[in-house]
Amino acid sequence: METNSSAISLRVNGETHALTVDNRTTLLDALREHLDLTGTKKGCDHGQCGACTVLLDGRRATACLQLAAAADGRTVTTIEGMADGDRLHPVQQAFLDFDGYQCGYCTPGQICSAIGVIEEHAAGWPSAVTADVRPEAGPPPLDADEIRERMSGNLCRCGAYVSIVRAVAEAAAQVAAGREAAGGQGSGAGGTRVTA
Amino acid sequence: MTAPSLAPGRTGVVGTARTRLEGRAKVTGAARYAGEVPFAELAHGWVATSSVARGRIRSIDTEAVLAMPGVLAVLHHGNAPRLRPGVGLFGPDATLQVLQDDRVPHVGWPVALVVAETPEQARAAAEALVVTYDEEPHDVAFSADHPGVYTPEARPPAPPDVERGDVDAELAGSAVVVDEEYTTPEEYQSPMEPHAAVARWENGRLEAIDSNQGSYAIAQYIAQLFFLDAASVRVTSEHVGGAFGAKGVRPHLVFAVMAATMLDRPVRVVLTRRQMFTMCGLRTPTAQRIRLGADADGRLRAVDHESVSYSSAIQEFVEQSTRPTRVLYATDALRARTRLVRLDVPTPTFMRAPGWAPGSYALESAMDELAERTGLDPITLRLRNEPAVAPASGLPFSSRNLAACFEEGARRFGWPDRDPRPGVRRDGRWLVGTGVAASAHAAMTAPSTATATAEADGTFTVRIAAADIGTGARTALHQIAVDALAAPPEAVRVRIADSDFGPAQFAGGSMGTASWGWAITEAAAALRERLALADEIPADGITVRADTSELVRARQPVERHGFGAQFAEVAVDPASGEVRVRRLLGVFAVGRVVNPLTARSQLVGGMIMGLSMALHEEGVRDTASGSLVNGDLAGYHVASNADVPPIEADWVDDPDTHNPTGIKGLGEIGIVGTAAAVANAVWHATGTRQRHLPIRLDRTLTR
Repeated sequence: METNSSAISLRVNGETHALTVDNRTTLLDALREHLDLTGTKKGCDHGQCGACTVLLDGRRATACLQLAAAADGRTVTTIEGMADGDRLHPVQQAFLDFDGYQCGYCTPGQICSAIGVIEEHAAGWPSAVTADVRPEAGPPPLDADEIRERMSGNLCRCGAYVSIVRAVAEAAAQVAAGREAAGGQGSGAGGTRVTA
Repeated sequence: MTAPSLAPGRTGVVGTARTRLEGRAKVTGAARYAGEVPFAELAHGWVATSSVARGRIRSIDTEAVLAMPGVLAVLHHGNAPRLRPGVGLFGPDATLQVLQDDRVPHVGWPVALVVAETPEQARAAAEALVVTYDEEPHDVAFSADHPGVYTPEARPPAPPDVERGDVDAELAGSAVVVDEEYTTPEEYQSPMEPHAAVARWENGRLEAIDSNQGSYAIAQYIAQLFFLDAASVRVTSEHVGGAFGAKGVRPHLVFAVMAATMLDRPVRVVLTRRQMFTMCGLRTPTAQRIRLGADADGRLRAVDHESVSYSSAIQEFVEQSTRPTRVLYATDALRARTRLVRLDVPTPTFMRAPGWAPGSYALESAMDELAERTGLDPITLRLRNEPAVAPASGLPFSSRNLAACFEEGARRFGWPDRDPRPGVRRDGRWLVGTGVAASAHAAMTAPSTATATAEADGTFTVRIAAADIGTGARTALHQIAVDALAAPPEAVRVRIADSDFGPAQFAGGSMGTASWGWAITEAAAALRERLALADEIPADGITVRADTSELVRARQPVERHGFGAQFAEVAVDPASGEVRVRRLLGVFAVGRVVNPLTARSQLVGGMIMGLSMALHEEGVRDTASGSLVNGDLAGYHVASNADVPPIEADWVDDPDTHNPTGIKGLGEIGIVGTAAAVANAVWHATGTRQRHLPIRLDRTLTR
């Protein structure tokens, strides 16, 4: 067994965990089976559905396509780390208010993805539907088309997309307003908590 | 305490928008689904499936696998517990009889279960398991003229054949005839949560947490399968990550129970996404011929609808695709025929709006072709053929209001300004068109039981073995209970999804909320009567149980359906053939709407699945190997966010007193009609009819 396992350290939601994992264990299974953080969902195990989306060193990643051993030393933010105590992240609150979900199984991935989208957009990243990608054009407005495109790595079989787009737009506006009130742009580090 | 009087559902919270009771748990990741509850000593089962389409298992090399690290057992037909045959939700279900013999009926049939200490060990061992087969020739090629096509036995709710009037004579006398074949492919429910179950024995009782659509019935069937006393099995399913028909009793639970029993420790079995494509049912492909005969003014004289679908070699499942034809349009003569062919394929099952969804695609496409040939507006044609009674049964409708849906939808969509000519509108490089179709779905109610308890602290607890598979049932039932008890919302808790709560309808057939809501209403009324006579509430509360079996049985026969009108605008790129849906509008008549927030989500969600059916979904079967080529979420594309335009769903007044709650159910009707509306819009954009789903690029480019 010794040669088939690795001792790793993961920083998850602000807490450092020392783990011994089977080398075949994915980051997703490490979160779910070893750390009991089952909020990150397994929909396909192939990186096709987005249900396992987490923020890995602040950027969106499908946890099913990462081996836990290869994530040694990295920082992970999962759905369980998004709220500020009892206060939901604006994206979480908007999903709740706008009914941006039905069965809820893709929801943690959608929310992590949306938080990543808002950060990526604020950092000026274009998407496939951005009309003008020149740096001097600045970030495009985060309109419905931009949100749809940027959120398309997260499948929702219940078909909550229309409400998801509304929820992300609403939350993005709140996050932006929060940033303005705080007097500056975000660092671009995903997982930055911004309260409305 | 005494309860103030308030007529159930008249005032109060039914009809008001409420966010989901479990919403906070779902957006924070706290909601645990079936495969997410930890247990000490939990073992993990991994299913091994057949690689051949037909034959017998010659050997299973268990020895090598048992020597692998962590492996606890390999279950196969030689050592697995014997199951009682003939058990199933709707008659004997051969798909539950796993590991009972050496027969292999299709690719992906489960042939073994490997159980190990960790999921990684179980998976590696299952993949290392060598199984050899004596192969037999297989046949997976579906077509309407397959020599094996036969008439299936009659089963409710729709007998295979209906014949009223002389269809052939009316067709011969018609001024205009449409005679076309429409096909739909294999489609897969593909809920986001893979099937998962954990089973364990606890104090002589089998306890299972399962992802399913109805815990009570499933506990009953598990008890029967395993020769157990019904009371010694408990199944719970607090949160279910989507179902769409695929989560009845499924082999993953049978496996978990087998292994937990053999090993006497908790065992979890989770299917992989690929296994879901072979073990959990699908919507059969259909080949449908529709013949419509009409006078020059569009009045229908004949409607003839024949639908052929497939089932597996081991199980007869009938997709009743002629159901819309039996209720939608008045006609002098009507013939509906359902036919079946048995192939070496996985067993189809219910998928959202079974029968209704593929059937409406064919019928509503044909109606659009009739509108074209009679020169009538498609809505005018439909309104001209509004029936006074159901055309097949002759029974009256409890309520209908389809015309109101068309009128309201036409107004909102801007339909009156439409130029009927196809292929004449351009928006840059795009050809643009609009289409319309009718929706319909049965609104049935089934017996259920519920208990209502007045607690000593002045609160109430309602218990019912309902399932919330994403429908919002938990929240809707809470609203119904609050009004029925005339209590403040915060004083009422609703507990669901536990087989110990007693018999209750499945979350299926759009029957859940209507059936459960009725039982809750009865229980609440009985409790209020008891409370009116009670001086005080004892420490363990006062509990009453209601059972609607007699009430449901006593109803007069009547045609009870939801109806709707769907509108689509599409753009087609004539260079690439790409179709983009630009907007969808659905206006529905679905009885009383309990929670407008979640109801709209369900209707829109159904329409999105309809869009997905129209443009994307197609299971491709390889005739040489008999296997599904694209059995994962990369190969089998379901609509993603970028595929989905602005969509509106709304409803018209549709009072229906046939169920005292007035609820008709709306989980499925959203998908009915969408594909036809999109196909009709593609014709309007391009002039090319779309008689085969999905509307692939190559199909829009072919004239």
